[in-house]
Amino acid sequence: MALSNVLEIPTSGFNFENVARNVALEGLLEGGHTKTPKPMKTGTTIAGLVCKEGVVLGADTRATSGEVVADKMCAKIHYISPNIYCCGAGTAADTEKTTDLLSSNLTIFSMDSGRNPRVVMAVNILQDMLFRYRGQIGASLILGGVDCNGNHLYTVGPYGSIDNVPYLAMGSGDLAALGILEDRFKPNMEMEEAKELVRDAIHSGIMSDLGSGNNIDICVITKQGVDYIRPYQESEYKDKRQKRYKYGPGTTSILTEKIIPLELEVVQETVQRMDTA
Amino acid sequence: MAVYMSASHSENAFNTHDFVPEWAHEEVSTGTTILAVEFDGGVVIGADSRTTTGSYIANRVTDKLTPIHDHIFCCRSGSAADTQAVADAVTYQLGFHSIELDEPPLVQTAANLFKQMCYRYREELMAGIIVAGWDKRRGGQVYTVPMGGMIVRQPVSVGGSGSSYIYGFMDSNYKPGMTKEECLHFCTQALALAMERDGSSGGVARLAAITEEGLERLVVLGNQLPKFSNA
Repeated sequence: MALSNVLEIPTSGFNFENVARNVALEGLLEGGHTKTPKPMKTGTTIAGLVCKEGVVLGADTRATSGEVVADKMCAKIHYISPNIYCCGAGTAADTEKTTDLLSSNLTIFSMDSGRNPRVVMAVNILQDMLFRYRGQIGASLILGGVDCNGNHLYTVGPYGSIDNVPYLAMGSGDLAALGILEDRFKPNMEMEEAKELVRDAIHSGIMSDLGSGNNIDICVITKQGVDYIRPYQESEYKDKRQKRYKYGPGTTSILTEKIIPLELEVVQETVQRMDTA
Repeated sequence: MAVYMSASHSENAFNTHDFVPEWAHEEVSTGTTILAVEFDGGVVIGADSRTTTGSYIANRVTDKLTPIHDHIFCCRSGSAADTQAVADAVTYQLGFHSIELDEPPLVQTAANLFKQMCYRYREELMAGIIVAGWDKRRGGQVYTVPMGGMIVRQPVSVGGSGSSYIYGFMDSNYKPGMTKEECLHFCTQALALAMERDGSSGGVARLAAITEEGLERLVVLGNQLPKFSNA
């Protein structure tokens, strides 16, 4: 491959070094009656659509770990390159790391070639990697971006399959969001209408799915640039803190105080001039 | 023949609980209906447009007719990821081969490349492919490469989960020596019948005719498909 990569891609076979370790760990922990920590999942609603001037991506901001909300303000729309952003559903660590790796590789490509990467390139790299890992990387991604060939929206599944469609929803709230999109999507929509539609789709996912909630993030990508609105809409169910949890000085009484000064001598001093011309 | 098994054979790495939707552990598959017919001067290929993840339709407008070369196409059925990966690999290999040869590749070559990959990785892959196209040596040809990696040339071939329902129609309605229009009509009817009966097939019917002149693509929308009953 004529692409410099951040990490070396193994040339043959699959690398499952950690699977054996995990199985052994599980065995040890179960024996000791301790539960293995559940991976943090973004039980999620993400959506995207292609409109006249660009691509609009939307996501909720709830990350769950079992039945507990692990992160109320999780960022699910990841930066890939100045013209490409990616929404991720599935295991939070997998989506985070996969998109990070992709972003690093595309940055190197941009530096080498002097141009912004195309969306198909990002999609092909993702597909290649996820297929190689045979579904063990639990990342379902919606990639959207604008390049010299137009506005694109792709989805990449955890097993490495891709689909190129004008509108999409993924995550546990996808059915609810897709209902809204199927009803009101029209090709070549105006920007404001498109943003409202994505907001409504995510909102529907939040209302109808337990794994989605909190705020709504919107990311608008056009030829002129990116507008990452975080949050686009805050949850109306935000709770207010009952008390201030700050403890002023004097809350804990000081019984004794001992000060030990550390004596440091200057052993060596070097000055290096920087050429700032 | 090409029997599609609905249970996903891949292991899933996560414990399934309430918050894990089907698509997170079910593999995306093109449980499908695909077919190809030879005629004098070319081939006609057709497919439905449904991609499922378990019982959820992940994409209702899929294009399962993938170009491998200028005059060679493949119809994909089975796991979406596997077939896309194999098709990509074969496209590369065939393109390279064609440049080396400095002439358009043979359909038989493309089909054998598919067979080699599908046979070598038969335990890991779930891919049933029909390769069809036109070349100067033998004209229109259809080769079927079902799961397991067999290869056989047939004048007409159906594949995918919906194929089971149209073997009878195919056997009784296919006649050798049909024209391109008759072939297109035959394919449209066969797809309509299969899509009606098979839950994993549906959406629109995509057709393509490949001849020496080039490629002609057609889409028959769901409500324009021929109806066979008043139900």
